[in-house]
Amino acid sequence: MIATYTRKELMVVAAAREIRDGEVVFVGMRLPLLGFGLAKATHAPTAIGLFENGVIRDRPAEAFIYTMGDPPNIVGAIACLGLNDVMSLLQQGRVDVGFIGGAEIDPQGNLNTTRTSGSGSMVRLPGSGGGGDIASLAGRTVLIMEHEPRRFRERVDYITSPGHFPGRRRGGPATLITTLGVFDLSSGEVRAASLHPGVTAAQVRAATGFTIAIDDSVPATTPPSTDELAYIRRADPDGFWTGDRTKGE
Amino acid sequence: MESPLTNKRRSLAEAIAEQVHDGDAVALGLALESGIPFAAVHEIIRQRRKDLTLIGPISDMAFDQLIAAGTVAKVIAAWVGNVAGGSGYGFRRAYEQGHPRRIVMEDHSNFTVGLGLKAAAMGLPYLPTFTGMGGDIVRGHPRIRPIEDPFGGPGLLAVGAIKPDVAIVHAQRADASGNAHLWGNLGLTVEAAYAARRTIVVCEEIVPDDVIRSDPNRTMIPGFLVTAVVEEPGGALPSSVQGYWRRDFQTFLAYHGLSKTPDGYQSWLKEWVLDLPDRRAYLRHMGEAAVERLRVRDRRLAAAANFAP
Repeated sequence: MIATYTRKELMVVAAAREIRDGEVVFVGMRLPLLGFGLAKATHAPTAIGLFENGVIRDRPAEAFIYTMGDPPNIVGAIACLGLNDVMSLLQQGRVDVGFIGGAEIDPQGNLNTTRTSGSGSMVRLPGSGGGGDIASLAGRTVLIMEHEPRRFRERVDYITSPGHFPGRRRGGPATLITTLGVFDLSSGEVRAASLHPGVTAAQVRAATGFTIAIDDSVPATTPPSTDELAYIRRADPDGFWTGDRTKGE
Repeated sequence: MESPLTNKRRSLAEAIAEQVHDGDAVALGLALESGIPFAAVHEIIRQRRKDLTLIGPISDMAFDQLIAAGTVAKVIAAWVGNVAGGSGYGFRRAYEQGHPRRIVMEDHSNFTVGLGLKAAAMGLPYLPTFTGMGGDIVRGHPRIRPIEDPFGGPGLLAVGAIKPDVAIVHAQRADASGNAHLWGNLGLTVEAAYAARRTIVVCEEIVPDDVIRSDPNRTMIPGFLVTAVVEEPGGALPSSVQGYWRRDFQTFLAYHGLSKTPDGYQSWLKEWVLDLPDRRAYLRHMGEAAVERLRVRDRRLAAAANFAP
């Protein structure tokens, strides 16, 4: 029997699978908070998590968290430092992988979270946070986005978190995880690595405002295992992060 | 006996009245999502400060509240919104429509805010970095410029010093001289306190100075940098304070909903700021049950460290 799971649960699982055992991870906000814990609890038990507020953990948070500053993410940490300390490790090249969310993306993996006129009038977005730093300085980045045509644009209005560009010192976008699939960005173009179960290539093309490479043989994203789902539902018991109305199969 | 000049203990209203002036650059929300001095934010609004410059990495909804109240002329930050819901509607109205007044935004990443404060804390005009290259934040930025490496390496960016007039930080405990113990994530708290011309420490408890001296490694802010100490338990709610308060997520969410419209914001402002004289009244207005649900009663004590000579 295949368990029922939500799109968001599948995205958390996809994020966790981007973390390899032993890696140093710059965790980021929202879904990666769960993805890091899931990776630790499953295939990456020796991964280390850096949080931009200064926390360094080698265990998942002890209870549900809304933010990286919530008390269950502090207790049991291996260090509580400052923002410049963890950013310095990032700048030095000690971070293997970092997670970033975006409101808009272009084919080079540039993310915009600053301001957009994409839907007519200008809309001010919250800004970079640590996103621009992770994009600039991590060994590779994993991007997480809602997959909607207005968000997937040939050119973003503002590059908050730089993608691939000539002269980049290191890193750059490696993987994009969306509500529709998982995409490889490491070659400088957007290529489907897997589509979530039930999602068609036509659906993805219709939701993407630029050309996207989808092979006929593209596999389906491997659904969450029962162990993965069990962890997620312990860590997010009310489905705050992972409950949504779009059920997978 | 301490003279009134050396005694730094103040009520929050006194500290804001004495140390936060119209036009000041005010750093707060420095630990990121926890320890945000909301009681001080509300007192600044009550005292109707204007033309402030706000400095912080991510401010959660504190900056949004100050901006929507019309107290702010300029924001130097990496992220302004509401972590619970994303957008900060007060910030958006000010930036997009000039309501209730126009604001100037100096966009940063978290690290460039950190480097600017660190430069000021070190007494330097700038610090070099590689962050932000290839992106638009650093393009034409008033405080970030390309520089050459004098040692012949690749080009860098210089982030100019950010020097606050006043930093407001929330600490777990401090003595009457302002020596402050903080634990948990620190964000940019230490840099801001070192960089600022004046620092207000708002704390859960004022403790005897021998408590501070028992663990000097936990003194994140030495008291001689501190210009006012305020004992204000619960002064950071609805944000969390390690060992004292859990995050009150519902309050962030409720503000997010209300602040969608100017009228909704005004009703929030009246109920939770203007109609209340101080933080004690705020906690009473929350209700005892709500306050007690957030209070941390468990003990997870750090092992003692032996400082014997």
